[in-house]
Amino acid sequence: MIEYIPFIAVVAMVFIGLYAVMFRRNLIKIVIGITIIESGVNLFLITLGYREGGVAPIYTGLPPGTTYPEQMVLPVPQALTLTSIVIGVAVLALMLSLVMHIYRKYGTLDVRKIRRLKE
Amino acid sequence: MTLEEILIQHSPALVIAIPLLSAFLMPLISRINAKLRNVFAIAMLGLTGCFIWLLATDVLTSGPRVYIFGAKNLTIPVVRILFEVDSIGIFMAIITIMLAIIAVIYSWSFMNEQDGLDKYYTLLLLLVTSALGMEFTGDIFNFFVFLEISCIASCALIAFWVTEGEALEAAFKYIVVSAIGALFVLFAIGVLYAQYDALNIATLAQALQYTFLDKIVLILLLVVLGMKAGLAPMHMWLPDAYGRAPPSVTLIIISATLASFYGVLRVIFTLYGNVLTTSMRFDFPLHVIIGWVLIVLAIVSILIGVIMALIQSDFMRLIGYTAVAEVGYMFLAIGTTVAALGAPYATVALQGGILHLLNDAIDIGLLFLVAGAIYYVTKKRSLDDIGGLARTMKYTTVFFIVALLAVAGMPPLNGFTSKFLIYESVYQLNPILSIVAILCSILLLAIFIKVLYAAFLGPELPALKDVKEAPKSMLLAMGLFAGLAILIGLFPNLFIDTLVKPAADALLNHAQYITMVIGGI
Repeated sequence: MIEYIPFIAVVAMVFIGLYAVMFRRNLIKIVIGITIIESGVNLFLITLGYREGGVAPIYTGLPPGTTYPEQMVLPVPQALTLTSIVIGVAVLALMLSLVMHIYRKYGTLDVRKIRRLKE
Repeated sequence: MTLEEILIQHSPALVIAIPLLSAFLMPLISRINAKLRNVFAIAMLGLTGCFIWLLATDVLTSGPRVYIFGAKNLTIPVVRILFEVDSIGIFMAIITIMLAIIAVIYSWSFMNEQDGLDKYYTLLLLLVTSALGMEFTGDIFNFFVFLEISCIASCALIAFWVTEGEALEAAFKYIVVSAIGALFVLFAIGVLYAQYDALNIATLAQALQYTFLDKIVLILLLVVLGMKAGLAPMHMWLPDAYGRAPPSVTLIIISATLASFYGVLRVIFTLYGNVLTTSMRFDFPLHVIIGWVLIVLAIVSILIGVIMALIQSDFMRLIGYTAVAEVGYMFLAIGTTVAALGAPYATVALQGGILHLLNDAIDIGLLFLVAGAIYYVTKKRSLDDIGGLARTMKYTTVFFIVALLAVAGMPPLNGFTSKFLIYESVYQLNPILSIVAILCSILLLAIFIKVLYAAFLGPELPALKDVKEAPKSMLLAMGLFAGLAILIGLFPNLFIDTLVKPAADALLNHAQYITMVIGGI
């Protein structure tokens, strides 16, 4: 059971994020919702990459008594997560700067008050 | 090896590297001179075009190419980045580079009074890079990375007219939708990696067992890529973004949209190609279910696009809804192919759909350029405020008539060819679908005849008395599109035989793709 907890957390984070995006009226909260989804997906990738008893694939930093390359972990999920974090930062910065401009233009962050593109 | 062979061998990497590096050189070059910046942008895109041309001649004569980044001989399990170029990828690359070159030519005059053009060209080149990357990559994680690049670059470009509130709103809507979409693509990639320990599309396609998790992955990928391609009911962002971005930017966003459409093709035909005939519940094979779902959504897109276009008064937004309808036609063709997999008319439908990709890019692109030209000279968006422009803008009027006939699928122009192929094959699947598609096409003609009367014909408006014809570079860009539309309309076989048929074969023959890529690594 204990090994499923990260996956349960992933699902919970994704749904909390989706809830925030769909039902919150404040633009900042929508942005926060997206970052929560992103953290959930990153947690998912990291959980996939975990191997019990594995060591990081650094030859000079191997702990004594390990057999390599059998115990080394192929660090693809970690690499994916790093890429995803970097992309996430870029998207977050862009979204926040858009929110800033929208606030300057309309003087509010409420979605209901700034909707001009309706039909 | 001769120089040409070496160039061809490395061109998959160069096609990505040239626009990417020139994007980051752009701010430096802009410091020197504005004219040099424009020349640099067009020269670099032209160079990319040359490499795509070289690659196209090679791929179409001697089959697909695999390009491996990094060491050739590795003993550890295969983790490597590779590009894979086949006929469909090269077809998409030709469309992308065509749109990019024409957009830059158009930007010369259209954007010349704007600030921040160094950033504009940087983002534009990044967007071209991302579209080309999505079309060439053979690795599903790279596909995600390029998808995110295209999301960020196009969002920043949609908000380029940052003083307009509506542009900001459209950009925010777009980035929310595509950021969430891209995260779900990443989730799907994670699920695939967890099951098969691979990120390579060919390796995944070979190993795919069609478990319960694979069904979830299929749904996630189709929903997200369909949304990025503008399929109803997830089309909401498309008219906003197309209608509010500068028209030269819209051209490049069209190419990013088409790259997502290519992603749908890749997922259905290659990634899930082996399991398409697997039987599902109630003895329906998988391909029938996917095919009919796509067909229903496509018909909804066509209807929504046409009906919403009917009531618009903003010219660019009207064209945006027309673009939704055109995307519907492409999905209708693909849905028919998938639903009737194996039947002779399925291949015809796929060829019609692929040709319609090219025609959609040309027709919708030309319409946006005409709308941009009107906006440039009158500074007005609404059809209610303009009229009688045919007196002063003769060439633009001619180009608009070409575009309206092409987009409505009238015989001497390109839209007719692909739409006819689609009607013909859809009719054999179900006549009612074909009738709906033809009726909507006629409605499109009616809508654009209305626009023709509202904008170009009728009495001269006093406010628009001293309007001049659009500048030369804008006319050149429109003329290139109009020429292509007429050329494809008059000699469709030229394009179908050399480009479309190999592309359709490459999609249908997924076994060849898998063996070629796996043999190459």
